[in-house]
Amino acid sequence: MNAPSSAVAYLDHAATTPIYPEVIDAMTRQLARLGNASSLHGSGRAARRVVEESRETLAAVLNARPSEVVFTSGGTESNNLAVKGFFWARHRADTRRTRILSTAIEHHAVLDPLHWLATEGGAEVELLPVDAEARLNLDALRSAVERDPASVALITVMHANNEVGTLQPIEQVAAIAASHAIPVHTDSVQPMGQVPVDFAATGVDAMTVSGHKIGGPFGVGALLLRRDAELVSLLHGGGQERDVRSGTIDAPGIAGFAVAAELAVKGQPERAATLAALREELIAGVLEAVPDARLNGPTDDRRLPGNAHFSFPGCEGDSLLMLLDAQGVECSTGSACSAGVPQPSHVLLAMGRDDAAARGSLRFSLGHTSTPVDVERAVREIGPAVQRAWLAGNTTSGRSGP
Amino acid sequence: MRVLAAMSGGVDSAVAAARAADAGHEVTGIHLALSRNPQSYRSGARGCCTIEDANDARRAADVIGIPFYVWDLSESFHAAVVEDFVSEYAQGRTPNPCLRCNEKIKFAAVLDKAVALGFDAVATGHYAQLRTGVDGLVELHRAVDPAKDQSYVLGVLTQDQLARSLFPLGGSTKEAVRAEAQHRGLAVAAKPDSHDICFISDGDTAGWLRDRIGAASGDIVDSSGEVLGRHDGTFGYTIGQRRGLRLDRPAADGRPRYVLDIEPVSQVVTVGARDELDVDSVSGVSPRWCGPAPTAELACTVQLRAHGEEYPALVKVVTGAGQSDVVEIDLAQPATGIAPGQAAVLYTGSRVVGSATIARAHRRTPA
Repeated sequence: MNAPSSAVAYLDHAATTPIYPEVIDAMTRQLARLGNASSLHGSGRAARRVVEESRETLAAVLNARPSEVVFTSGGTESNNLAVKGFFWARHRADTRRTRILSTAIEHHAVLDPLHWLATEGGAEVELLPVDAEARLNLDALRSAVERDPASVALITVMHANNEVGTLQPIEQVAAIAASHAIPVHTDSVQPMGQVPVDFAATGVDAMTVSGHKIGGPFGVGALLLRRDAELVSLLHGGGQERDVRSGTIDAPGIAGFAVAAELAVKGQPERAATLAALREELIAGVLEAVPDARLNGPTDDRRLPGNAHFSFPGCEGDSLLMLLDAQGVECSTGSACSAGVPQPSHVLLAMGRDDAAARGSLRFSLGHTSTPVDVERAVREIGPAVQRAWLAGNTTSGRSGP
Repeated sequence: MRVLAAMSGGVDSAVAAARAADAGHEVTGIHLALSRNPQSYRSGARGCCTIEDANDARRAADVIGIPFYVWDLSESFHAAVVEDFVSEYAQGRTPNPCLRCNEKIKFAAVLDKAVALGFDAVATGHYAQLRTGVDGLVELHRAVDPAKDQSYVLGVLTQDQLARSLFPLGGSTKEAVRAEAQHRGLAVAAKPDSHDICFISDGDTAGWLRDRIGAASGDIVDSSGEVLGRHDGTFGYTIGQRRGLRLDRPAADGRPRYVLDIEPVSQVVTVGARDELDVDSVSGVSPRWCGPAPTAELACTVQLRAHGEEYPALVKVVTGAGQSDVVEIDLAQPATGIAPGQAAVLYTGSRVVGSATIARAHRRTPA
């Protein structure tokens, strides 16, 4: 789909990507309909039918079985459900299972539950190192597992990193875990719609996906969960989703999510090629405009096609973001705390970069509405923005002197 | 002009930003994150360092219709203001952190960054007025609302800083500003004023200082050297202080006693009668001039603490030890409760000439 030429160059699709008009249509239709999908009468059955058809659609495009789809409120809930739910269930079955193996570059929706389990839940969390391109060191994982396989409750490794776009060797992770019957969860919020995502083929036990990252609505996502996986619930109530997740089923949101999933996955091969080509133009343009900028992350196809991430030496990311925003170029510095203060990226730090690099970075992420015009605009604006941000980061007028 | 509006989340800075935007400037709102760990500071709505304040500032920016960002100044704030505050108290002085923040953060680190990023000026919600004189110099004057006037804490600004500052509230009363906030639909219209030190979350300054300096007990003595009591740290005392001395016995003459002197090395706090507090001259160091430094003896008035009264004075700048300038201030009438570390801000009429940090107060020899 081609968006009309807009006032801004939106290069923050990894944060959220525009909703498809088809999704709005499907949701609007469903919003106008009466019925709780758990009700037993005709209106309830009609809503239930929409939910189950959506479940079948989502399962089909991700190569899962419909019964493996647990709808949730989004990526954060799915990650919490998988990480806490697996740990609690596995630890309850065998109290020796106290270890959780993960990586240092996970999204906060995984890192924070891990931290919480470590401080409040008796878990021992081991964050495994990544290489300079943010790719998990499989040898470190193997040796961490083999040191004492019986003590590992869970392995959780993200499918693709949200900051620098690195694809993780998730199939190998699943293979290492399988030989010891350790469950594996992966956060696949970022790769869906950008690279092929195949639940069955990855071999993982649980996979997080999210609606608004693929052109669907906010507030809906799913945890794909193998039938034989045992999980303790996070939300207790009506048990509407496989007795694993409670809460009235959001039929309109789920209908929209399914439409988005179908469009995102069906168009994925063509989109990946388009985005990769645009992304290469963006990288070449930025590196030409700012010769000392550095591309972070892999340079080969082990990277999401829509992701470009740079460090700009001597600049602060928040200055760059503000200057580009003023010129109609929207991108991201990574993560910010709840007050809105940009934080040094834990991903770049894990990649071995220093604090300055971790503060002086920008992520540009392309998606289904991105055009060459967006890229040209970013390339045009980045040079002057870097010049100004560099001055702001290196100026001492004497005003702040003694 | 391209204007950066510093927005604390309070009513004043919100109205200041709105007025700057109404005046036709291209305004961007900035909330300064000054705490390294925002949640560890204030929990209420009184300070300027909480997530709630950042959100209040953001909502005000939405209503005004300007872009809004948060800048992390916590490291510079800690180094220039918080550490200075602790170190000054440890040396027996009474610092004014708001003044230091204006000098080192708001009109220095923030202004420098703003100018480098292409802004022309920084606007704040301070109550003070700027006027351009016939000589082209920007003059800093008291606000029209004497109860809210903040020219004292801006007395550290140089011409260069003043030339890049906007104080849109200087001509208004607080009541008018609150009414305007209400009229503009700013949710912060009824938010209480902040009074305390923003980085001391519970308002317990002595306790906060004790945690950082450490309790160090010492004697409380009178002018003759007789020991009247003990204290557990000089940081709990300010010259001129009357309450909380917790002396074992009343003075012989039955009159109230005040802190006269704080000696940080021996940890001795000297107390005495009110008239012993009288000083008739003050030496100030590290002067900051809003315009050219006075070259001859200057007849002016001086304000010796925040919200304090003005005293007529004769002022001259002399070269002190180490070639640094010392401002000698001769008061026409005695002043009381003059605490080293506070600023002496000089005025001619309503106009601020400059300021110096009080190093010594010279007491009249008892008759």
